[in-house]
Amino acid sequence: MKAIETEKLTKYYGKFRGIIDLDLAVEQGEIFGFIGPNGAGKSTTIRTLLGLISPTSGGARILGKDIVRDKTAILREVGYLPSEAVFYPGMRVREILKLSADLRQKDCSARSAALCERLELDPGRKAEELSYGNRKKLAIICAVQSDPALLILDEPTGGLDPLMQREFFDIITERNKEGATVFLSSHILSEVQRHCHRAAIIREGRLIACDSVEALRDSNARRIRIEGRVDLAGLTGLKDLTVTEQGASFLYSGDMQPLLQRLAAGTVQDLNISEPDLEEIFLHYYGKGEPA
Amino acid sequence: MTILKHELKRNRTSWLIWAGAIGALLVTCIFLFPEMKDQMAGVGEMFSSMGAFTTAFGMDRLNFGTLTGYYAIECGNVLGLGGAFYAALTGAGMLAKEENGRTGEFLLTHPVSRRRVVAEKLLALAVLITALNLVIYGLAAGSMLAIGEPVPWKELNLLHAAYFLMQLELGAVCFGISAFLRRGSAGVGLGVAFLMYFLNLIANITDSVKFLKYITPFGYCDGAEVVSSGKLDGAMLAVGAGLAVLGILAAFWQYERKDIH
Repeated sequence: MKAIETEKLTKYYGKFRGIIDLDLAVEQGEIFGFIGPNGAGKSTTIRTLLGLISPTSGGARILGKDIVRDKTAILREVGYLPSEAVFYPGMRVREILKLSADLRQKDCSARSAALCERLELDPGRKAEELSYGNRKKLAIICAVQSDPALLILDEPTGGLDPLMQREFFDIITERNKEGATVFLSSHILSEVQRHCHRAAIIREGRLIACDSVEALRDSNARRIRIEGRVDLAGLTGLKDLTVTEQGASFLYSGDMQPLLQRLAAGTVQDLNISEPDLEEIFLHYYGKGEPA
Repeated sequence: MTILKHELKRNRTSWLIWAGAIGALLVTCIFLFPEMKDQMAGVGEMFSSMGAFTTAFGMDRLNFGTLTGYYAIECGNVLGLGGAFYAALTGAGMLAKEENGRTGEFLLTHPVSRRRVVAEKLLALAVLITALNLVIYGLAAGSMLAIGEPVPWKELNLLHAAYFLMQLELGAVCFGISAFLRRGSAGVGLGVAFLMYFLNLIANITDSVKFLKYITPFGYCDGAEVVSSGKLDGAMLAVGAGLAVLGILAAFWQYERKDIH
């Protein structure tokens, strides 16, 4: 049984595209990164999975349950961290945590107190007086305090300082080691690269790549840095090109032979060919033209 | 019943303000009665000869010089309009405020079915309206006793029952509308209450649009009619109950399908 499995999941907002024919499979027990820029369809995917919006066509199952028919049963197993946490005005942190636990019909008081201490969040503060980062901490505790089997985290680290980001990922990793599956949507590629086992890239509503983080990094694209002068005009498979007086830098996914011929014909003082990091892979997939 | 408790807490301040305002106005009106009673002979004559205005407010059928007549017209307008505004505003905001305040995402990503959300919010609306009416009823009866007037229990009970049912109906209709709204619920609530109030005034003035009394819940809480007939109009109540049921069904139907943004 997969933690998340979507089959041609599609959502249109009237004429506007949300997601199209999304086929995604997240295994139980993994930390899965979901990468894409704003407007790519990450939040639409998450909101559809959580039943906040209905799919236009296609379907999905979470922990073996249908997202439309078994919505409430699914939500019992899911902790959700929204990208922008909004809480009821006038309520204190402890009241919101209690409300969240009550809605789950669970007593999470000990767990929430420990998490508040760990994330340095004062439970006596009013929610509307909290900074963006502290609201995020409150949302994290709401998502985690009931120890759900699946954590769905939408842009989780926005507003958190580096120390708190580390604490947050420590909590997530602990939960993952205890058996929880984590679905993490982000456009901060370094955090996906550092913490996720597998990742998928979404572009304009469609899934364009899904693999282990290592495999994505090992795609045939290479970062080429040249010191010297080489004529690159007309070379295919070339992206993210930066030309300076000293040389050029670009992502290359074309055949090596034509590139080597150009290099041989040019004046090269130094050459560096390296595996791109996820950030560069991301640019590679999002560069103009067809995905690699 | 977590959502019910939560709703009652969220609505506490606005309930206190509305109950306080309506109660204070009503008590003031009743306490003014002994002083006004003596001047009512002349005033009553004047009030009963103002043409359409007199007919619209039913002052041709009630004696302003008696506590029952005075209460049905003067206090009836305070409680009728105030209660209607409260019920319509609260009903129209009940579901819409989750999207307007962007808290719907928090609520609906917890394991509660939308049906349960609608049911508990509807229950909260009924509790708030009932509590408001009980307090106002207590204040009205207490004030009448305090000014030393014999309490016209039958008329008082009938009038308050009519206002209570009217608020339940308006609340239910606006609750149904609320399921379709994302924002602007306050304007819609006030608009519906105003519209219903004026439909009744128009129906009082012109016989040709008497049927409007069946559409507006103010039709069956017309003080002059209730006091003079000694009962509530069953047909109007039945239509009102039907509209309320329609509003509730619409709320369940729409909220179950709605995309929450």
